[in-house]
Amino acid sequence: MAISDKQEIEPVTPEIMLAFYRRLYPFKSLFAWLNHEHVPTKLFTNREFAFTLQGDVYLRYNSFSNADELKKQVCSYNPTRFEIGPVYSARPRDRKTVRPAAFSPQLRELVFDIDMTDYDPIRTCCSGADICHRCWAFIAAAVRVLDRAIRDQFGYHHLLWVYSGRRGIHLWVSDREALELTDDQRRALVGWLTVIHGGKEMHKKVNVRAPRTPLPPSIQQAYNMLEPVFRELILEDQDLFASEEGWKALLQLIPDNDIRSRLEEKWEEKARRSSESKWDDFVDEVERDKKPKSNLKNAKEDIIIQYTYPRLDAEVSKRRNHLLKAPFCIHPKTGRVCVPVDPRTIDSFDPEKVPTVQQLLRELDKIAPSATAGEGAAVVEHHSDWERTSLKPYVDMLDKHVMGLMEETRKAKQKMDLSW
Amino acid sequence: MENRRGTIRHTKLRAFEEIESSLKYPFCLNFYDKPPIDDITIEEFETAALDRLRVLAEIESCFARNRSFDEMAEVIKTICKSDRCSLWLSTNSASDKDLDKEREKDHIGHFVLRLAFCRSEDLRQRFVKAETTLFKLRYRWDNTEERQQFLNTRDFDWVLASSEEVQELIPSDPPTTYYKVKWTRVPDLVEKRKVILKGGMAYVPAAEQASIVFQAFQTLLEKALEATAKALPRLDEDNRLVPILDNLSKGFQAGVSSEWASKTEGQEGLTADMIDEMAYKHYPACMRNLHMALRRDKHLKHYGRLQYGLFLKILGLSIDEAVAFWRKAFSSIQDDKFNKEYRYNIRHSYGLEGKRANYAAWSCQQILMSNEPGPGDSHGCPYRHFSTDNLQSALLTMYSDYGLTSQDMPEIMNMVKQKHYHVACTRVFEITHSRQGVKKGEGVGAGESVTHPNHYAARSRELTKEEGKEGDGDVVMQG
Repeated sequence: MAISDKQEIEPVTPEIMLAFYRRLYPFKSLFAWLNHEHVPTKLFTNREFAFTLQGDVYLRYNSFSNADELKKQVCSYNPTRFEIGPVYSARPRDRKTVRPAAFSPQLRELVFDIDMTDYDPIRTCCSGADICHRCWAFIAAAVRVLDRAIRDQFGYHHLLWVYSGRRGIHLWVSDREALELTDDQRRALVGWLTVIHGGKEMHKKVNVRAPRTPLPPSIQQAYNMLEPVFRELILEDQDLFASEEGWKALLQLIPDNDIRSRLEEKWEEKARRSSESKWDDFVDEVERDKKPKSNLKNAKEDIIIQYTYPRLDAEVSKRRNHLLKAPFCIHPKTGRVCVPVDPRTIDSFDPEKVPTVQQLLRELDKIAPSATAGEGAAVVEHHSDWERTSLKPYVDMLDKHVMGLMEETRKAKQKMDLSW
Repeated sequence: MENRRGTIRHTKLRAFEEIESSLKYPFCLNFYDKPPIDDITIEEFETAALDRLRVLAEIESCFARNRSFDEMAEVIKTICKSDRCSLWLSTNSASDKDLDKEREKDHIGHFVLRLAFCRSEDLRQRFVKAETTLFKLRYRWDNTEERQQFLNTRDFDWVLASSEEVQELIPSDPPTTYYKVKWTRVPDLVEKRKVILKGGMAYVPAAEQASIVFQAFQTLLEKALEATAKALPRLDEDNRLVPILDNLSKGFQAGVSSEWASKTEGQEGLTADMIDEMAYKHYPACMRNLHMALRRDKHLKHYGRLQYGLFLKILGLSIDEAVAFWRKAFSSIQDDKFNKEYRYNIRHSYGLEGKRANYAAWSCQQILMSNEPGPGDSHGCPYRHFSTDNLQSALLTMYSDYGLTSQDMPEIMNMVKQKHYHVACTRVFEITHSRQGVKKGEGVGAGESVTHPNHYAARSRELTKEEGKEGDGDVVMQG
C-alpha cells in the first residue's frame, strides 16, 4: 500500500472490479445516454454489448432489456471492460433466430478515437503507451479542433468526450442525424476531417491543396487554432527540432533545395541551437524568399499543420459496427476510470489526476465504514454510492449531457404529435 | 413515364417539343423509378439483360485496370456502340433512330439485372457502382440542353444559396453560384473537400452540381435494390425466369473480382523458410517493403499483416506454414501473446475462423484505394504512398541486383508523377526481368500491366522456371 502514493500502478484484481460494478458504475446514466429517454427503446434493447472477460475471453452480441439487466449481467461476468456497438435491426442476443439478412447494424453514435501512439513520431517526452501532462497538449489541441469542426461544420450538438483511461480520448456524437449516418457518409465525414495522410515512408503528410493556392476554409480555421499550439508545444515544450532526427525530418519538408542545404549546413554546425531558433531560421528564409513561383509560405503552413493537426484512428469512425469501450470502464493497465471530459477545459485536464478504481473504493471505505462493515447494511443496493466519491463530478457531467439528449427527444415527439 | 410531360418546361424549340411529345421515353437519361409494364418476349428479356451485363462487366474491368474516367469513357462508348451490345442511347436530335426502342431496351435490361443482382450485399454494391458509372457516362455524353430538361423534370431538393450567405462564407471569391443541400446527400464531395460546410449544410459550387444528381441516382438505386431483395422471395414466378436470373448473377460473379482468390497453381510445397528467397527474387515493391519492414521491426501493424498475409496465402503458403512464418517473424513477442492476438487472425484470413470466408488477396486497386496507410504503417503501394526520394532509394535497394539502375529512375518517377502507379510497377518488372528476355511493353505477359501483386509474383516465378528448363543448368547466382 505504501507504494500507492508514489503513483505506482496497483494491480486491478477481479475483486476490485466486482466491487466497482456493484457499487459505483453508473448504469442508470449509461442507459439513459444510450436510450435518449426513460422508457427502454430499440436504441437500448437492440444494442450490442461486448464483454472482455478475465483471461481475455471475448463475448460479442449481448443485449439487454434495461439498465438492471445490464448491471446484473456485468456483475455476473465481471468483465475487465465492456464495449458498446451499434443498434441492430433485431436484438443481438436473438441474432441466431433471425435470417442473416434481417440482422444488420442500423444506428450508431458517430465515434472517434484519438490515440497517442499515432503521435510518436512527433513527441519527445514519452512513447508508446506512456502519457504525461506534456503530451496531453497534443490531445487537447486535437479536441479543440475537432469539437469546433463537428459543431460548426456538421452542425451536431450532442458531443461527449471520454478519456480512454490511458493514452487517448474518444468522442461520441449522439445527435439523431449522426446516429443515422450510413457507412459511406461516415467515411466521407472522416475524409473531410483527415488531413494527415501517408505511412512511415511519406515525409510530407499534408496535401490538401494545389500549389500556391490558399488552404481550404475548414482547414484554415483549424490552422488559426493550431498556429499558437505549434510554437508552445512543438518548439518550446517538446523542443522537437533539437535532436538530429527531429531537425532532419523538418528539412525533408522544405521544398526548396537551396534553402534546405543552407539550413542543413547551419544546423549541423550549431547542433545545440534550440528548436525555436531553428524554426526562426526557416521563417527568415521564407520571408526573404522572393522567387516568383515560390510555394514556401504554403510549405510553412503545411508543416505547422503536420505537427499539430488531430491524428484520427480513421477505421474506428468509418463503420457502424465498430465497437468502442463504454465510458466509465476501468482501464485494466492503469486502473483509471474512463471519465467524460469537458472540451472547454480540456487544456487543464490532467490524465494523472483522474481517479483510479482503487482510490474510489478507498474513498467509499473511509466515508461510510458503518455501512460496509455492518452485515445487514452491506446487502442494501448501492445505487448511488458514486455520489459520495470523486466520481461524482464526472457522472454529473454525463447526466447533464443526457438531459440535453432527452430534451431533444421530447421536442421531436411533441412535433410529431402536433403534426397529426 | 408518360405523365412526365406535364412538368417539362416550355422551350423555344417547337420542333423539339413535337418530337418529344410523340416519345414514350422523352429523354435518354433515366432514373429508373418505374418498372417497364409492357409485355415482352422471353428473348427480349434475356438479350436486354445480357447486353447490359457485358457493358457493366466492362466497366468493372476498367476499374480493376485503373483506367482513368476519360479512358473508360472511350472504352465503354465503343462497347455500347458495337453490335455485340448495342446499348448506345441516341439524343433526341438523332431523328433517324428509333429512340423509344433503344431506350426501352435500356429500361428493360436495367430492371432484369436488378432482379438478378439484388440477392447479396456484395452483388448489390457492385451493381450499384457499375450502374452509377454508366449513368455518369451517359450524363456526360448527353447534350447539355436535353440534360438540363431532364433535370428540370425531377426535384433534387437543392436550394440556391443567397449571395449574402455566399459572401459571408467565401468572401474573397468572385460571386459564384452555390447550391445548398444537406451534407449527407453529397458524401463524395464532402470526402474530397469540394464543398463548404456550415451547420450540416453543404454549399455545392455550380460546377459540382452533377454530383448531387449522381448521388441521388445511387441512393435511389440502393434503396430500390434492397426493396427488391425483400420482395423477391415472394415473387410468384413460373420457372422460365429464375434460371435466366441465376445464370446472369453467376456471370457477374465470375468477373474480375474473384481472381486471385485461391492458391496459385503449381506452387506446392512452399514453406516458411523459403519466403526470404522468394521475397528477394519475385516480390513486387509493395510486398518487398512489407517483408523488409517485418524483418526490421519484427512486427507489422494490422493492415500490413492483412495485405502481406493474404498475398502469402495466394502465393501458396499453407496455413501451418503461415503460422510458423509469422511466429518466427514476430520473434520479440511472447508465445502467449502471439497465440492470443495473432493466431486467430491468421487462421481467419485462411477462412478457418469466424464467418469462414475465402478472402482474396488484395488487388492493386484495393491497395491503392482502400485502407490508406497512416503514420507508422508499412502497407499500401510504395509507388503511391512513398515520398519520391524514399521510393527511389527503396527501389534501388530492392532491385539493383536485378538490373535496376539509377538511369532508369527518371522514367519511372515520371510515371509516378502522372499517377500511373501500376505502369511504373510494370516497368520495374520489365527491367528486372529483362535478363529473362522480357522486353519493354511486354508487361507481365501479353502487354498486360500489373493489376495484382500475386500476378507480378506468379509471372516472375514462371519466368524463372522457364529459364530453368531451357537453361544450360547454370544456377542463378545470388546471395
